[in-house]
Amino acid sequence: MKAWQTILIVAVLATSVVIAGTLVYFDFFAQRRLRISTTTSLYDTGLLDEVKKQYETTHNIDVNIISAGTGIALQQAQAGDADIVLVHSPSQEQTFLTNGYGVCRKIIAYNYFTIVGPASDPAGITGKNATEALKSILAYGRNNTSTMWVSRGDNSGTFTKEQSLWTSAGYNQTTISTESWYATTGSGMAYTLNVANQKEAYTISDLGTYLAQQNALSLKSIVNGGKSLLNVYSVMAVNPAKVSNVSFNDAIDFIKWLVSDTGQQVISNYGVANYSQSLFSGAVQPLKDNSPQLDISWIQSYAFFNSTECPTQYRDDHPELYP
Amino acid sequence: MDPILDGITKAFQLIFSGDPIVYGIVLRSVFFSGVATILAALWGTPIAMLLGLREFRGKSLVKGFFSTLIGMPTVALGLILLLIFSRAGPLGPLGLLYTPGAIILGEAILVTPLIISIMTQAIEAVDPEMMNLARTLGASESQTSIAVLKEAANGVILGNIAGFNRAIAELGVALLVGGGILGTTDVLTTDISLYTQRGGPEGLAMAIALAVILLLIVFGINLGIVLARKARILFTFGRSPQ
Repeated sequence: MKAWQTILIVAVLATSVVIAGTLVYFDFFAQRRLRISTTTSLYDTGLLDEVKKQYETTHNIDVNIISAGTGIALQQAQAGDADIVLVHSPSQEQTFLTNGYGVCRKIIAYNYFTIVGPASDPAGITGKNATEALKSILAYGRNNTSTMWVSRGDNSGTFTKEQSLWTSAGYNQTTISTESWYATTGSGMAYTLNVANQKEAYTISDLGTYLAQQNALSLKSIVNGGKSLLNVYSVMAVNPAKVSNVSFNDAIDFIKWLVSDTGQQVISNYGVANYSQSLFSGAVQPLKDNSPQLDISWIQSYAFFNSTECPTQYRDDHPELYP
Repeated sequence: MDPILDGITKAFQLIFSGDPIVYGIVLRSVFFSGVATILAALWGTPIAMLLGLREFRGKSLVKGFFSTLIGMPTVALGLILLLIFSRAGPLGPLGLLYTPGAIILGEAILVTPLIISIMTQAIEAVDPEMMNLARTLGASESQTSIAVLKEAANGVILGNIAGFNRAIAELGVALLVGGGILGTTDVLTTDISLYTQRGGPEGLAMAIALAVILLLIVFGINLGIVLARKARILFTFGRSPQ
């Protein structure tokens, strides 16, 4: 046999060993994997690292977190590359449910988006509401041409929120994105905040990521609160009837843990030690109590579909999740 | 304290304190890139031998093909492999996406053209007289090609080291098909990117520590080659005594 043929056979064997090794390892030796596809804001704040740590101490499973924008996270789930999605874009979530890909949606947490900008506030948005602030930034940007607004420009929940705010301010985001004062990063929240910081421009961020990055930024949080800046995080399991090879039972266990008192406490307490305030508020108990707080009624009108967090036909025989 | 200085100080503390997370990342990086390079060498050697020793129609076309692929942008390859390995893709049923195996295969594919091109050049540079001599001395076809490979050992080793360097330093493939899952598929490059993005004092220190280690690995290997060449170790390596 010629030398090159021998090497070729060895090469084929070695390749098979690598592939088979990976498959055998993950099928028989490694702990079961639970693949969570998530938005960058939950990951960049470090919340999910804490969730993973806490969950793995009581459950014999390896939580694998893949971070991307909401749009990509949902796409990955549709392709069968995730068992669970953790996202924050009600309109995209509704499409995901009605197309049959998602089941057992639960609203797990909320906080607010914030419009951040240079401390000098050149566009004068202090004291304005979100849409008025965007109008001022646009007017100021058009007069100055240098970058005044930095956008995620991906399909993330934050970007979806930005688009809807421009719409309510009377502008089409696609049209104004070509103007010289408007910059797009196409990247994650922490990165986008850093770009805005370097360019001394305004941007919109979820409060959690902004607080987690605050020490490294000279940007100030200028416009806060109000229904239009509400940010609601939900979890959904990928529907095993629609997408093959998903770990549905493990996904349901994880969702049950997230909405349990333990899980909700991990979420609500996260960040208190480092940032002296919590980055997220648990949503499960106040929603269950139907508590008369203002932000709870905002969640109900912003993130509920047909007056429920998950219409009955998408509950996949898990009524215990919806007491 | 200045955040950058602070970051550098903390980075060196991380490196020298033997932080298990840092060294886990380093081990994974070296292991994935190492296995990828071995695979690529195994795929590449027979092809390089054919290209270097045989004459056939379209040979320059094949050589040009591999030379062109050297410049393959890593994210483009990462995207192609993501579509192939995804559950919805042609190799989806294997479930390789976001596993170490996917990174190893991806990096092996990435560096194969580089290894083939360097090895082919080295084999072509071997004096044809050597082959004739070996045949005259009664060597079989197979023994002759092994002898040529030994004679070209320099280029063969350089090709593989260049391949390893490209594999360990690339980001696109590891990020897109590995997913950067902490503790499973995160490597030096994906974590440098992740911790830089996350920012904060801890994030910055971690990113700097990992970048320093990556630079040490890559520069260390290249320095080793230069020194070995100086000492003429490589030039005599594998050459049969005459």
